[in-house]
Amino acid sequence: MALLQLRDVNKHFGGLHVTNSVNLVLEQGEIHCLIGPNGAGKSTLFRLILGEHHPGSGQIYFAGEDITTLKSFARIRRGLSVKFQVPGVFKGLSVRQNLEIALQSRLHGAALDKEIDRLLAFLNLEAEQAQLAGNLSHGQKQWLEIGMAIALKPRLLLLDEPTAGMSPEETHMTGEMVRRLNAAGMTVLAIEHDMAFVRQVAQRVTVLHLGQVFAQGSIDEIVADERVAAIYLGQAHA
Amino acid sequence: MTGLVSLFRRLEGPQTLGRGPAFWALFALVLAGALAYPLFSDGYTVGNTVYFFVWVFIALSLSLIWGYGGSLSFGQTAFFGIAGYGYGILTINFGAAYGFTWIALLLAIGMAALVAALLGYFMFFGRIAGVFLGIVTLAVTLMLERFMAQTAGPEWRIGAARLNGFNGMSAMPPLTIPWFGGPIPLFADVGLYYVVLAMLVLVYLGLRILMNSSFGNVIVAIRENPERAEMLGYDIRKYQLITFVIGAALAGLSGVLYTVWGQYITPSSMGMTAASLPLIWVAVGGRSDLTATVIGTLVVLSGFQALTIYGSQYALVFMGVLLVLTVLIAPNGLVLGVIKGITKLVTRRKQEAA
Ligand SMILES: Nc1ncnc2c1ncn2[C@@H]1O[C@H](COP(=O)(O)OP(=O)(O)O)[C@@H](O)[C@H]1O
Ligand SMILES: [Mg+2]
Repeated sequence: MALLQLRDVNKHFGGLHVTNSVNLVLEQGEIHCLIGPNGAGKSTLFRLILGEHHPGSGQIYFAGEDITTLKSFARIRRGLSVKFQVPGVFKGLSVRQNLEIALQSRLHGAALDKEIDRLLAFLNLEAEQAQLAGNLSHGQKQWLEIGMAIALKPRLLLLDEPTAGMSPEETHMTGEMVRRLNAAGMTVLAIEHDMAFVRQVAQRVTVLHLGQVFAQGSIDEIVADERVAAIYLGQAHA
Repeated sequence: MTGLVSLFRRLEGPQTLGRGPAFWALFALVLAGALAYPLFSDGYTVGNTVYFFVWVFIALSLSLIWGYGGSLSFGQTAFFGIAGYGYGILTINFGAAYGFTWIALLLAIGMAALVAALLGYFMFFGRIAGVFLGIVTLAVTLMLERFMAQTAGPEWRIGAARLNGFNGMSAMPPLTIPWFGGPIPLFADVGLYYVVLAMLVLVYLGLRILMNSSFGNVIVAIRENPERAEMLGYDIRKYQLITFVIGAALAGLSGVLYTVWGQYITPSSMGMTAASLPLIWVAVGGRSDLTATVIGTLVVLSGFQALTIYGSQYALVFMGVLLVLTVLIAPNGLVLGVIKGITKLVTRRKQEAA
């Protein structure tokens, strides 16, 4: 069953055609990676899915429902959740409070405290729980925001460059975490540059280039595709 | 019962400074002092003290909207004026019998809240934020001042109440307690002092509970990062609107109490100066904390009052200097800085002792 479906989605910024007739189907239960050179329109696609931007034309369906005109918070309540490219933690609040705010609409009282403790341990942030989130290292902020995103128990988790700024070990741990969440039933769409990570988690890969779906397939198919190599090389030369 | 217990537990939390037996002992001590104060003073001086208390509510409203919510509003003064005039119009028309002044107090606050709900709806659902929120609210405040200032003619009347243009409205009845032996009017004296003190304590404690609740969590989350807050599933516009309306009601309470205290209100209480002064008290005190806001407001306000003896121009200049100094030295507020310093010292002492 398709959990998320984009039909002919277009988005212009002024004269810039950032999303060009994108069709994308995400199956329930898969881990799907979205790759493509910088400026390909990956983050913009996320913002369209989340309702921060509205498409000029086209439709977005989630679990069979047309959510194209829904407000962002309403989409989140239907089971979407996101970790942004630039970590958006609440800098002036403690790490613990960041998680509390993510969890409090689902849990209360002792159950809430227990779940915060569990997440802190899971994210390896127990020692930092009383610190302001703004004082964390970049990698820790990434972890914290991932923790806030999964705290919602979403049906579809969107991760925009989750491992940026992480060491290879941390990247691997993040990959394992994504696989565990997926095994528990969460569908994942991740934007990622780190090919080791993509290889570790992705069941399917979509390549976005100049706002268009350029190629789609398994990681091996994508790596073997010379046209895909060309657009990355093209960028390296540019 | 458990609901009540969890409510009381919210008196302390991450959004408010002060916790534990030491803090609440100090709170009780200050409260006892405030309760005993009229015994050692005369009615006139006590009445003047009420004047300082009156302004704390509008300061708290700014702390709520600006310090906790992150939206700078110049509109508090407008809500102050609406409720002040509202109380005057209602009581001049319907009198003070049968406890009506208390109903008028509630209705006047309700008017301010209603205007805030309409204005807030257009602002927040129209996605006006940041500097523009400040500009829009300031424009509304100044428009209201201009409007009231030109109501001098006899045609500007609502029932028996003349609006009176720049001279303002006066001679409305004070808050009056209906009593068997005849109604008891609360002039600026000991009686009004205790009533306003009780309101102050209730509002302060109530706001502590509110800000440490899950609602307060969302409010500070919106201040820190509205996009992230919405992406956790919160309808942030609704939260902003509710906060704005609560703030307007508190500013309205200030307006009614001000009107009741001096039995007059003029358009200048909605002017530029009137709109800026509360911002200064709150900024100097520490806008992001309720306790710092209360202390800061009372200290700065009484300092200002003492200075006006030498001329109000100097006092205003001093206020400006104080604001600049705060922004330079302790951008989060002088009082807040001092409280945080003391807290740090105490905990360090405790750790050393342990
Ligand atoms: N809000 C915006 N206004 C104008 N242009 C934008 C906006 N957001 C993104 N863009 C442009 O759209 C293109 C795609 O950006 P983005 O989606 O962030 O790419 P990616 O995430 O793939 O690196 C870029 O050229 C970027 O400059
Ligand atoms: Mg991007």
